[in-house]
Amino acid sequence: MIPYWLLYFLTLVIFVLGLYCLVAKKNIIKKIIGVVITEYSINLFLVLIGYRKGGIAPILLKDISEQQMAEKGVDPLPQALVLTSIVIGLGVLALMVSMVLRLYEKYKTFDMSEINDLKG
Amino acid sequence: MQGIFPLFTAIPLAAAFFNLLITKVNRKVADYLAFFTMTALGTMAVLMLFEQPFVYKVGGWEAPWGILLVFDRLTAIMLLIINVIGWLATVYSLKYMSTYTAKAKYYSLFLLMIGGMNGVVITGDMFNLFVFLEIASIASYALVGFGCGKDELEASFKYLILGGIASTGILFGIAFLYSVTGTLNMPHMARQLEAVGMNKAVLFAVALFIMGFGLKASSVPFHAWLPDAHPSAPAPISAMLSGVLIKALGVYTIIRIMFNVFGQNHLISSVIMFLGALSMVMAGLMAIGQSDFKRMLAYSSISQIGYVMLAVGLALNPSIPSKVAALAMFGALYHLVNHAVFKSLLFLDSGAVEYRTGTRDLNKLGGLITRMPVTGATCSIGSLSIAGLPPFNGFWSKLVIVIALMQAHYIVYGGLAIFISFITLVYFVKLQKNTVFGDLPDRLKAIKEAPFAMTFPLVILAILCIALGVAYPFFQHQLVSAASTVLDKLTFMNLVVGG
Repeated sequence: MIPYWLLYFLTLVIFVLGLYCLVAKKNIIKKIIGVVITEYSINLFLVLIGYRKGGIAPILLKDISEQQMAEKGVDPLPQALVLTSIVIGLGVLALMVSMVLRLYEKYKTFDMSEINDLKG
Repeated sequence: MQGIFPLFTAIPLAAAFFNLLITKVNRKVADYLAFFTMTALGTMAVLMLFEQPFVYKVGGWEAPWGILLVFDRLTAIMLLIINVIGWLATVYSLKYMSTYTAKAKYYSLFLLMIGGMNGVVITGDMFNLFVFLEIASIASYALVGFGCGKDELEASFKYLILGGIASTGILFGIAFLYSVTGTLNMPHMARQLEAVGMNKAVLFAVALFIMGFGLKASSVPFHAWLPDAHPSAPAPISAMLSGVLIKALGVYTIIRIMFNVFGQNHLISSVIMFLGALSMVMAGLMAIGQSDFKRMLAYSSISQIGYVMLAVGLALNPSIPSKVAALAMFGALYHLVNHAVFKSLLFLDSGAVEYRTGTRDLNKLGGLITRMPVTGATCSIGSLSIAGLPPFNGFWSKLVIVIALMQAHYIVYGGLAIFISFITLVYFVKLQKNTVFGDLPDRLKAIKEAPFAMTFPLVILAILCIALGVAYPFFQHQLVSAASTVLDKLTFMNLVVGG
């Protein structure tokens, strides 16, 4: 059985990988992938917060008493948050990709180091 | 009045949606729809000033389970800024945006941004705050790139990537706080945190919030996107971004979360004060060398937000006397309101200048007061206010901040605040000399004053600049009660938890 802390640690590793991809890669498509990877690591982290060992789905069926539910059910709130966060991530991703398409039309390149007209 | 509270987000979101549907049939409707929506919202925001604090339970669900909307004096002030400046920007857009195509889409994005910002300031729930923050941010990314030129797209893409990372950090912080406290409701979270204390997980969440909200507020180590993004947007959007968005998404959220959820703390206080002083100094010095009208204003925004952050950080310090903390918080909120007024005025002025002359380059402008008297005069008033000359509003708020710093024995920060006030004067004198006064280039001999729909917001904002300075006793009560609401963690908690 994988220990708990390792799972948390792995989400952190994914987060840092995403950040690395964002900072080190010059290709803007790869940068977008970096942003998406960091988002997913946070989603995994949120799901992990609600997880409990041997937990059951948080649905109150007839053969489960409220007592059992409170003892074994996983926390449903983070799952709801993750769903919302995935939808938001999708919106941001769509905007980023359309922006990249427009950038490519103007600059004819995906290399961020060549897209540097502004000083800032 | 309590029943209309959720409408602050519902109306703009619904209007943004219907706007796109209706304009498929008739394009002309977009102007009227946006104008009447913003008029209604502005009126509602003014009416809300006379309300007592209350809590609205969305869908009737009780506190720890349902989402709460919290109304207190700080929310009232923020709603007023967002909706009134938003209304003026809409009036301005009626004429200005006719130079762009796809006006209807512009209004939809604009209303989405307003809805998101209203949502951020009225909500009492952490995750709800994140969702509204993302709505406002996504709309603003698209609006920055609205011109679809080379520079606009580049600025927008940079803003998008950095903003995306900031949002991720904020969500990470919220996840940490949820795992520590088991609730997303801000007042309940505050009560749980009192029991838990400042352990490592909470401190990590604080660090993530300072990074995330600091980037939205563009304090210095996280400021790189702003000098690109704000000048690239259309002028009314620059005014909204600089005047309102960085305050609603950045400064307001920092004030709300640091004071009402975490409470006063030495470490947070010193970090925020340092970031504030750093942005004040760095951006102030960088603004001097700019030759682009809007870019100079953008750097100046970072610098002025530095003042607000410095005062907020001072008020966060638990060991200074509560009177000084109240003074600092009052100064921060006063400067926040003032900056919203004069920075949107200056950005709208820059838009009016660009609309008639077709350039923003300071070296190619000059002597505009003879051809564009209203724009020139309002631009001077705005510059004098932001530089902090006595009868105008900027002077009083900076004075209050400096007095608070001195009373708390932060002599170095106080001295820096005075020094940067002088630097601000220097670059605004440069701005004035190169646009409003000086010699009129031959090329610009034939230009006319901007149309009425554009000068009207300018005049209103210029009058506000003077009124906020001169007629200060009339609204002092609002600001003072807002400052005391912020500082008293218990009033916020008791609103919801009840005793």
